[in-house]
Amino acid sequence: MDSILSIRGVGKTYSSGHRALESVDLDIARGEIFALLGPNGAGKTTLISIICGIVTPSTGTILVDGHDARHDPREARMRIGLVPQETSVDMFETVWSTVRFSRGLFGKKMDKAYCEQLLKDLTLWDKRDAQIRELSGGMKRRVLIAKALSHEPDILFLDEPTAGVDVSLRRDMWKLVSGLRSRGTTIILTTHYIEEAEEMADRVGVIDKGRLLLVDEKSALMKQLGKREMTLTLQEPLSALPAELAEWNVDLQDEGHRIRYTFDAQAEHTGIPSLLRKLGDLGIGFKDLETEKSSLEDIFVDLVENDR
Amino acid sequence: MKGFNARGVLAIYRFEMARALRTIWQSLAAPVITTSLYFVVFGGALGSRIQTVDGTDYGAFIVPGLIMLSLLQQSISNGSIGIYFPKFTGTVFELLSAPISSMEMVLGYVGAAATKSMVIGLVILATASFFVDLNIHHPWAVALFLLLTSFAFSLFGFILGIWAKSFEQLNFVPVLVVTPLTFLGGAFYSIDMLPQPWRTVSLFNPVVYLVSGFRWSFFDKGDVDIAISLGFTTGFLAVCLTIIAIIFRTGWRLKN
Repeated sequence: MDSILSIRGVGKTYSSGHRALESVDLDIARGEIFALLGPNGAGKTTLISIICGIVTPSTGTILVDGHDARHDPREARMRIGLVPQETSVDMFETVWSTVRFSRGLFGKKMDKAYCEQLLKDLTLWDKRDAQIRELSGGMKRRVLIAKALSHEPDILFLDEPTAGVDVSLRRDMWKLVSGLRSRGTTIILTTHYIEEAEEMADRVGVIDKGRLLLVDEKSALMKQLGKREMTLTLQEPLSALPAELAEWNVDLQDEGHRIRYTFDAQAEHTGIPSLLRKLGDLGIGFKDLETEKSSLEDIFVDLVENDR
Repeated sequence: MKGFNARGVLAIYRFEMARALRTIWQSLAAPVITTSLYFVVFGGALGSRIQTVDGTDYGAFIVPGLIMLSLLQQSISNGSIGIYFPKFTGTVFELLSAPISSMEMVLGYVGAAATKSMVIGLVILATASFFVDLNIHHPWAVALFLLLTSFAFSLFGFILGIWAKSFEQLNFVPVLVVTPLTFLGGAFYSIDMLPQPWRTVSLFNPVVYLVSGFRWSFFDKGDVDIAISLGFTTGFLAVCLTIIAIIFRTGWRLKN
């Protein structure tokens, strides 16, 4: 993998003794959209803050496009733009001057055409001379995005980009992200909304209690998502599965009281009718039937539950 | 960090100066009015009784002290607010994540704070010249003290801004430490006029050396030797620079 960001053994223990992040290893491919999924307090923001240089890691190394974030911070940081979770903006500045400030701070020469286009893309151009305090919450968030993109970063971090955001901004955000992606910007977002990860990401990482539990292609996760389960509660418990049921993917559960059938919901033939017919032929009666969809959410909950 | 992010320094400097320009009339009117009031009260009321100190007309005598008083207050408040405010509003995240070294950050913030103080110092000097005749003996020394004091105390303010966790703490040092020290530091009198032991006690007040050096630049006479004053001022600057370097190396009160 051509990784633009390489994280090795990064951990953080706060001075209070709280262990926010255990040893995390992660590689982000150039140009991908990566979603970091996890409950509140999982360590998502800590990890992002470490990569951006706001929090000092206790252990580990970070390479940004080959530049060590600790030994060569200038090169590393120039490549990164961060949209934080909280809307911290300079209330008395105008939109234009704050974007100009951000660009300068990151050492880039002013480029009016680029900044103009950026503000237009974010529908901020009409508000360029307005003081930020006059803007709505959603508009302030757009300002933060404009600031993060002002220096044309290769990697954009979006920390909880759609938390408390209205539908139109959400839609614009999607558009912006896909636009950035087509220009080759790598995007890393954190979220606790699974739909957001499903909708946007190429790969998903699940983090909980400071540990990265799983990193996988979203499509691979979606395949698992396609799996369904049907559980039959039997009238009489079985001591063993009859050999006639071997062609279905079934197993016996709860000391023979239940039969569980796992199938692919997207397949043309689910095999349910034939299985039920066969059970009737064999004289196996059941008193209850339920089906369940395993979603990304289940995978996520499973991982997080097992972790506790 | 390797290299030098000049654009970053300039961005911070411009940002801070723009903040001052938004309230330019307030920033300038306050020192002009205050100085005029001091002249009316001290120069008018006391001047008629004291007349001269060390052969200098009392009205003129208090000018260096008055400028120094405002310079210290302005430098500390400008220097501290510049960095405290981003901490308070949360916008400090951007500074911490930017490819800018600690010293570049200091240069931008402290440079702007010191510029503002120097402008105010000059405005007070101009105001004062309406009230009294000033014959400045060492103009270059005046400029040097203006520069050194503004930088040193803006830096001191910057440290205060990093240290402070609340607005109360931010105001604590200027109001309860610096202002009393300035008033007791010979801004309005020569410490030679004090009875013992207060004269000796005064020598432990750092502001005495600043006022004395500044007064020497104006009238060629000071309470302590000019070399000691200059040494003290540069020494204070060096101490502040060292503290700043340690703060940034450890990330104290800025980073987790």
